[in-house]
Amino acid sequence: MTVKDAGRAARSGKRAPAREPERQAVSAELIQLLTPEGERIEHPDYPLEISAGEIRALYRDLVIVRRIDFEAIALQRQGELGIWASLLGQEAAQVGAGRALEPRDMAFPTYREHGVAWCRGLDPAKLLELYRGVSHGGWDPTAHNFHLYTIVIGSQALHATGYAMGIQRDGAVGEGGEAVIAFFGDGATSQGDVNEAFIWASVNNTPVVFFCQNNQWAISEPLERQSRVPLYQRAHGFGFPGCRVDGNDVLACLAVTRKAMQAAREGQGPTLIEAFTYRMGAHTTTDDPTRYRLSAELEAWKLKDPIERVKQYLIRSEQAEMSFFDEVEAEAAEVGTRVRTACLEMPDPSPTSMFDNVFTGETAQLAAERAEFTAYLDSFVGEEAVR
Amino acid sequence: MTTLTLSRALNEGLRKALEDNPKALIMGEDVGKLGGVFRVTDGLQKDFGEARVIDTPLAESGIIGTAIGLALRGYRPICEIQFDGFVFPAFDQIVSQLAKMRYRSLGTLSLPVVVRIPFGGGIGAVEHHSESPEALFAHTPGLRVIACGGPADAYTMIQQATASDDPVIFFEPKRRYWDKEEVDTDAQLADALPMDKARVLVPGTDVTVLCYGPMVRTCAETAVAATSDGRSIEVVDLRSLAPLDTATIFESVRRTGRCVVVHEAVVTGGIGAEIAAQVTQECFYNLEAPVLRVGAYTTPYPPSRNEEHYLPDLDRILDAVDRTFGY
Repeated sequence: MTVKDAGRAARSGKRAPAREPERQAVSAELIQLLTPEGERIEHPDYPLEISAGEIRALYRDLVIVRRIDFEAIALQRQGELGIWASLLGQEAAQVGAGRALEPRDMAFPTYREHGVAWCRGLDPAKLLELYRGVSHGGWDPTAHNFHLYTIVIGSQALHATGYAMGIQRDGAVGEGGEAVIAFFGDGATSQGDVNEAFIWASVNNTPVVFFCQNNQWAISEPLERQSRVPLYQRAHGFGFPGCRVDGNDVLACLAVTRKAMQAAREGQGPTLIEAFTYRMGAHTTTDDPTRYRLSAELEAWKLKDPIERVKQYLIRSEQAEMSFFDEVEAEAAEVGTRVRTACLEMPDPSPTSMFDNVFTGETAQLAAERAEFTAYLDSFVGEEAVR
Repeated sequence: MTTLTLSRALNEGLRKALEDNPKALIMGEDVGKLGGVFRVTDGLQKDFGEARVIDTPLAESGIIGTAIGLALRGYRPICEIQFDGFVFPAFDQIVSQLAKMRYRSLGTLSLPVVVRIPFGGGIGAVEHHSESPEALFAHTPGLRVIACGGPADAYTMIQQATASDDPVIFFEPKRRYWDKEEVDTDAQLADALPMDKARVLVPGTDVTVLCYGPMVRTCAETAVAATSDGRSIEVVDLRSLAPLDTATIFESVRRTGRCVVVHEAVVTGGIGAEIAAQVTQECFYNLEAPVLRVGAYTTPYPPSRNEEHYLPDLDRILDAVDRTFGY
């Protein structure tokens, strides 16, 4: 309501409609700063000061994470990985969000956040351990403030919220404060844990940002199976702001996530970001999307490719030489080769390592089971025919 | 030495835990002003503040899930699940996350979370308020599952659980909350029996009766009653259900040659079944009779007017003891 409208309402004796608190405002639009055609546009709420060098750095991230993904799919097809969850199509959402974080912030991923992992500085080969079956994760979450992949859908939203409650108790909210980001997908919004996380975050005003990559498909189920309302609007009912950003626009994802994280760090509480994107590949390498979706849909989304638009923008605005793109391709290929080599060289865990780290110390029961199993294995020594 | 109810002993133990561990927190439904529906946390919010004694929204998965996050941040949450039958909304977070995080992280992460659960029947309650789900947790690798039987153990074990770097499922015998016992609140925690050790509560020579939680008192009373029949029952309070203190169990059974396991939980697939298998394997040549179990029949918990028939009592335990002499 404008000042003029308010004045009119006062004169006519009508009560002005209750104004939404500013932090509760629900944006009905798709926030975009870079169109699919590569045209840079402005948004009044999300001004983004960004240098040519920074945009080129984002482009590099996008190309490299797509290449890591490509390499992992190939490794799965060659039998080197048991399974892989591809991020194809979601690079901008993940790089935009990932680059919006400060090193001191904490990220809680699902099992598809390979792009965020890259931005956090995690060695991409580490991601393959889980999919090769040599560990359940195996990186130190405190080294890059990037938690282990969580496979049960939505569980990590609560972990992120609890971690944010810890930040509050540490007094680390305010200037120079810390915040947490929880990643999940459209399917996860149906989970009780995600909704409980919204409630906890809201009533405690915790410094957590919920970053939902709506890639339109929860394996074979389209969004209509999960929600009758746009996902970002759910936030309103929980009492915090939600917005929808073009998830294929790395600049918009960066700007929106930066703003939400800053608000969280400063004590303004949670935000739900719905990154509107598309899973261009299968759910995982075991999936066959041709059984449940039309190829026309995929073709339409290809026109909104998250990488191509950045390239077009850089070319048209003359912020990058053609040699730059060749250099990035070469570097991406190098990273791909490195990941491939690391994967092939990954040793299998020793059989008895399965007894490690169940508890802080080894219980008598586990010690006995380990001894029994070791003796059993040793009984085969010298019996090559059996092995 | 001071005489405390089990509820009060837990309260004093929690107070000590909050004093000793600046990172310890209490969280759950109604644990603040109300002091919990059994008053176990009475007065703690007043003394330690709302940031450390947290009234949570009414959602059990949320309680455990956020406790995990707090633990990842360096806190030591002590969660209260209001009743045994209400733990299942949190079952996924407990089994899939809490129990497995250390293993998943190759030992990098610790989750020092305590989950307190009042359990068992005998209080005339409605459905979901009298259950004994301990075997479900004991079956899950990565969880320590313990149960206190009386006030003295309650006081020390809740402190030991809080100090543990592993997740602990802490069962409290709700019908014994108002039982009294002498508790030495000045004793050093380091001198106390570790929480994963069983205790021979009543020494005996003829038969070993293993029990925990609410059945500890029942079994101790049974041992007294059995003396008039000339039977010497050794009562062992298991205290820890995962891991089991098998050394103490086997030592006792090898001496007595007979073993009866008593719990309120359904016998099928229960703690007693596990013990029977292990005792049979390890004490086979010492056994004069098969290991017998006394527990609930394989039905859901009945309406409370029937619970006196459903729950093990002195007579059913004596009957089982008698049967071990019939082989």
